[in-house]
Amino acid sequence: MWSLQNIADSVQHWLYATFNPTIAMLIEFAIIGVLAIGLFSMLGLVLIYMERKVSAWMQLRLGPNRVGPKGVFQTMADTLKLIVKEGMTPNGADKLLFNLAPFIVMISAMVILAPLTFAKGFQIWDINIGVFFIAAISSLSVIGILMAGWASNNKYSLLGAMRSGAQIVSYELSAGLSILAIVVLSGSLKITDIIASQENGWWIFKGHVPVWIAFVIFIIAVTAETNRAPFDLAEAESELTAGFHTEYSGMKFALFFLAEYVNIFVVCALGAILFLGGWMPLHFGTGTKFNEVMDYIPSSVWFFGKTFFLIFVIMWFRWTFPRLRIDQLLNLEWKYLLPISMINLLLVTLIAILNWHF
Amino acid sequence: MSFIKNYIGDVWGAVKSLAAGMKLTGHYALHHKKEKITQQYPDNKDTLNLPERFRGEVVLIHDENNEHACTGCTACELACPNGTIKIITKFDLTPEGKKKKALDTFVYHLDLCTMCNLCIEACPTSAIKMDQTFEHSVTDRSELIKTLNKPGSKIREGVE
Repeated sequence: MWSLQNIADSVQHWLYATFNPTIAMLIEFAIIGVLAIGLFSMLGLVLIYMERKVSAWMQLRLGPNRVGPKGVFQTMADTLKLIVKEGMTPNGADKLLFNLAPFIVMISAMVILAPLTFAKGFQIWDINIGVFFIAAISSLSVIGILMAGWASNNKYSLLGAMRSGAQIVSYELSAGLSILAIVVLSGSLKITDIIASQENGWWIFKGHVPVWIAFVIFIIAVTAETNRAPFDLAEAESELTAGFHTEYSGMKFALFFLAEYVNIFVVCALGAILFLGGWMPLHFGTGTKFNEVMDYIPSSVWFFGKTFFLIFVIMWFRWTFPRLRIDQLLNLEWKYLLPISMINLLLVTLIAILNWHF
Repeated sequence: MSFIKNYIGDVWGAVKSLAAGMKLTGHYALHHKKEKITQQYPDNKDTLNLPERFRGEVVLIHDENNEHACTGCTACELACPNGTIKIITKFDLTPEGKKKKALDTFVYHLDLCTMCNLCIEACPTSAIKMDQTFEHSVTDRSELIKTLNKPGSKIREGVE
């Protein structure tokens, strides 16, 4: 039976049997790095194409349709263009910080990949505080954004970066509280434990209304955390030209652009793991015929299917909702999402203590 | 208590209106094949389907007897915000021997026109209309200055 887990295991056995442990581990690091970078570049190509198609369909347009069949090579052509463009550094900019910022944003997006489970038993690092690790690292990207805004020496960039800071600091709270709801229910911060706890049904089905509310709040909060419309105040094309990446061009701009899409993938993967069972097939109860049928679909297909469904939902938000003003944005978080998620967390705790969930 | 009622009402109203918006865009995303409005222009030159009210350029309507309805009243010239139209009039002799104002040349500067439709609205006899042609590129600027009345055309009987 071919599965990602078997392939990874056999590669590991072969490496440890052939080389001494240190060299084998270094080779594993290299393989993981290549895979992560490969995944990133694939995600960049696929998600940008998907976004352009989805937006076109929602606005009754056609989207890219000239480069290759149905325009599938459009993003490759765009990437090629960005690679050959000059990466300018403005004269008045703080050169070190300006050139460092895109890499900080990119690396913080990359580090979050570590605890994610892409298929059954296919994971870089099964850390016991997985969810907490993701929540902690995902707030690091704001440092990169602030760095970019400050180092650009441009009032629009600085304004955009400051807004982004306010936004991420606020929305982390409700994102964290809705993550906490699932942690309370499953009783563990470890990603594998959370997925294992959903073997007899995903939390969104088992946890009644409070989990639905937590799910909705999670989706809203991560949309804000990834700086996407309707919360794209950090970029705000109409008022700040492009916010924190106004002064960036060429590959450095491409890194910001790619980091945005990778961040979307990561938060949607987290949403899929917490609420929709990660790689776990659709199960109801234990040992039923329905479960066996569902098990025939490979776990990686389940994981990527759910993740891309959530990505589609977030794109759907972007092309439907009008943008919020900065005061409306902070009102929404502090007056609505935070109180609701706090009360919701109490309800979830009650459900967990009294064992009301299935 | 009314505060809590308002609060919950706000949240409910927001969720409802956002869901309504998502329903519409979701419908468009699912039915984009049928509802799409983009025309793949150079490819579908033969089957191009323009909307009825598309405004391409001003034309003077001529019937099969080479007659038009323009009385030379210059209402369109006065209505035009950027001097696109210039009406040159002449005096015809009526059978009774009286002099009567009539259209000599209807000069239309396509290069100045913004397709605002004000001249068509202003025309008292509906002599002009907006045509659906839009391939206006020419190799010399002088070709954009057009004479709209055809040679030998005259005003239709009974149009005052």
